[in-house]
Amino acid sequence: MIFRNRRKADNTTADMTPMIDVVFQLLAFFVMTFKITALEADFNVKMPLSSNQASPIDEVLPTVIQVNLRSGTERNISGIDVDTGMDSRTFTGESMFRDLTAFVETTLAAEGDPSSSGGVEVEFSIDPALRYVWTVQAMEAVSGKKMPDGKNVQRLVEKIKFRNPGQ
Amino acid sequence: MRFKKKEPHLLGIDLTPMIDVTFQLIAFFMFIMNFSQIERAEEIKLPTSEIAIPPEEVPNYQIILNLNEDGSVIHDGQRIEKIDLLTSLLRRETGDASRQGVPNPADISVVVRADQNAQTGDVQKLIAKCQDAKLEKFSLRVKERQ
Repeated sequence: MIFRNRRKADNTTADMTPMIDVVFQLLAFFVMTFKITALEADFNVKMPLSSNQASPIDEVLPTVIQVNLRSGTERNISGIDVDTGMDSRTFTGESMFRDLTAFVETTLAAEGDPSSSGGVEVEFSIDPALRYVWTVQAMEAVSGKKMPDGKNVQRLVEKIKFRNPGQ
Repeated sequence: MRFKKKEPHLLGIDLTPMIDVTFQLIAFFMFIMNFSQIERAEEIKLPTSEIAIPPEEVPNYQIILNLNEDGSVIHDGQRIEKIDLLTSLLRRETGDASRQGVPNPADISVVVRADQNAQTGDVQKLIAKCQDAKLEKFSLRVKERQ
């Protein structure tokens, strides 16, 4: 017996159109809001409020490099004065930050083994009007320097303080 | 004469690869999307540095303070015109930190995102204000320069 007009098998394919619509909407949203931002990094500064407690007698005090940043025309840096109590210098001109790094390196070398000494600290005293970008550059100069290979960094001073403007 | 009706020839396009790629793209954008942008004020132009250290771990509690060139501070999308007006905000933040298990203000990390043209005096003022609230861990944020 032959059956004619046999029913075709039900084609139950899901309609993909709404899903594709939503997916494209999402994609458009993410593409529009996408923004390439540079990575951020930190200079860590520990600045407790000065206390009146006297430090223990046997405590070895660190060598403090006083760094004074002077502001000139248009709030740009005009010079850097450094003082360790034993040695004081003034750096000006284009090489002032390189000179500051070299001075810190020399001081660290003279200090010797940081575990047996009190280490080296840098205390900044900054002209309040100075642009912050110069302050960061000075902090970079005392914190370390890029090695000639351009990849590795030689760390110098890690203890950085700001002298309060009122002091 | 009876003609047999011909079935229309359906040309089906296989959408699977396209949907695969689209989902991959969405996943990519979702992963790299920065959800903490409200903490950052986009108008701040950070100074750059090639030796600053990228933050290795998120501290237990941190306060992000964006300092504009004009001396105003942006915190959590809210603009505070003068640094002197930060006292109540810092009190509220230290209270929140205490409720979230960081009772000692000295353990709170303050991230200072100052504009490169801001006055250094303003940055110092901001730090001094935070010190008044017994905060003492500061991170001066910069952009990484390659």
